[in-house]
Amino acid sequence: MTPVQAIIGKELRIYFVSPIVYVVGAVFLLIFGLLSYLYVGFAGAQAIQLMQMQGGPAQINLNDLVFRNLFASMRIVLVIILPILTMRLFAEERKLRTFEFLLTSPLRVTDIVVGKFVSVFVIYLGLVGLTTLVPTILMLFSDFDWNPIWTGYLGMVLLGALFLSVGLFASAVTENQIVAAFVSFGMLLTIWLIAGLGSLFGDTTAGHLISYLSYMEHYERLVRGLIDTSDLVYFGSGLVLMLFLTHRVVESTRWK
Amino acid sequence: MIDVHNITKRYGHHTAIDRVTFSVAKGEVLAFLGPNGAGKTTTMRILTCFMPATEGTARVAGFDCTDHPLEVKRQIGYLPETPPVYQELTVTEYLTFVGQLRGMAGPTLTSALDQSIGRLELGAVRHRLIGNLSRGYRQRVGLAQALLHDPPVLILDEPTVGLDPKQIIEIRELIKSLAGSHSVILSTHILPEATAVCQRVVIINKGRIVAEDTPEQLSARLRQSEKISLTLKFCPADCETKLRAIRGVLQVLPGQGGGTFLIECELGRDLRDELARVAVMNQWGLLELRTVSMTLEDVFLQLTRHEDHSTETTETTVSMASPENQDR
Repeated sequence: MTPVQAIIGKELRIYFVSPIVYVVGAVFLLIFGLLSYLYVGFAGAQAIQLMQMQGGPAQINLNDLVFRNLFASMRIVLVIILPILTMRLFAEERKLRTFEFLLTSPLRVTDIVVGKFVSVFVIYLGLVGLTTLVPTILMLFSDFDWNPIWTGYLGMVLLGALFLSVGLFASAVTENQIVAAFVSFGMLLTIWLIAGLGSLFGDTTAGHLISYLSYMEHYERLVRGLIDTSDLVYFGSGLVLMLFLTHRVVESTRWK
Repeated sequence: MIDVHNITKRYGHHTAIDRVTFSVAKGEVLAFLGPNGAGKTTTMRILTCFMPATEGTARVAGFDCTDHPLEVKRQIGYLPETPPVYQELTVTEYLTFVGQLRGMAGPTLTSALDQSIGRLELGAVRHRLIGNLSRGYRQRVGLAQALLHDPPVLILDEPTVGLDPKQIIEIRELIKSLAGSHSVILSTHILPEATAVCQRVVIINKGRIVAEDTPEQLSARLRQSEKISLTLKFCPADCETKLRAIRGVLQVLPGQGGGTFLIECELGRDLRDELARVAVMNQWGLLELRTVSMTLEDVFLQLTRHEDHSTETTETTVSMASPENQDR
């Protein structure tokens, strides 16, 4: 067993012994379920309206009416929920003085950063996996195109990975978990708002460049069913950058 | 095994340790003694590669702490000030995790685990969550962690803190049993501990080493005069004057309780027979006569108090030197 695997095992163990995963998971799934119910309800109401106007059975598009809205709404849910999942990762180690133990064990800082990221990412994947129950159940009662749903899920996984890496970084800069959660929350909202800043510049090079920095347009394209290499590059490089910055922060605490 | 040469650690303007040099031979137990904030923990953190020294070199088992930190970390078992335990894990889970971090697996890990749990008598609590254990047990789990991979070098920061007297004795016995095959550095501010388990003592105060020797020689070296305690049954008004008149007596101080005197005499002169003769001749009723040897506690206080006088000079040198260092 490599040190990275040992760290992943320990982190997962602690996540499941402490109440965090259960609480965050319950809230995440509850909100996902509620939103799905609401959007399906709206779609149903629209179908009835159409039926009355046309006088016959109406064809409604679940992809447009339910899933696109659902994935779009999940952005804000992830911004709020994921910092709670990541806040303990480094802050707790520093508070409990186990940080010193990790750094004096024969393993590299990269092992610690990667191990911690993978553990929280696995939990997130599990939660996202559970939400596939919603389209599976809807499949029994209606017909829709699965392709944009898969790309939507890909978007949610990539967006989540980016958010978790931002949260991991925020957790490394402080030993207070609340501060860590708040810092990552603030960073995620700021990156969100950069999209607005970009649109102020309109259809110029600067405007496109600034908008590119925000995750908004990249996520939207995936939710619409488009897989563009530039979006994948965005998420990939954002993730690597945040993990690298986390590595630097952890390393630098030794010099203080 | 451990070679520390002229290490200095500065936090901004504050100098935590100042040109500390010492070495530990294979199988030796060394005590790091000093008041709180003297720089014991900082020195240990440098040795365990937790933080680098500002200046100077530290080597463990031939590996430099700055150049080969991973090699150094493999040679060391480290117990920090606060036992580094995860409250959500059981004792077995925690020690398994520690073993895995050190690349142990399978039967090697199982036997190391059993040995370590046995050594520290953790058998009864091995399946309990560490968060539910008392301070003493957590400290022992921390020690089990440091001993798990049977490292050649052990660095223990106040290993007996939080233990009850019986456990303290057991841990001291354990450390003594490690001597010979392991090099151990332990920090403490409990003096009898240093005398009980260590072959050598380094006294550190305000970041600098003020003394280094065996416990016995330290007290002998620092004894500037012989002290004799004398208890008399009757002590007339002139007895103090008469005692002072004896050749070689430097000072006569009233001791604890009536009729007791603490007599300071010139170094290397045993005045016990002379004192007895005078006491008997004057019919003072000699009750007790004994030499007073200096304990490590006295040595320690004397050394650290002595330091206080020179503090001012030290601090001016430091502040004068620091702008220069910032330029570099």
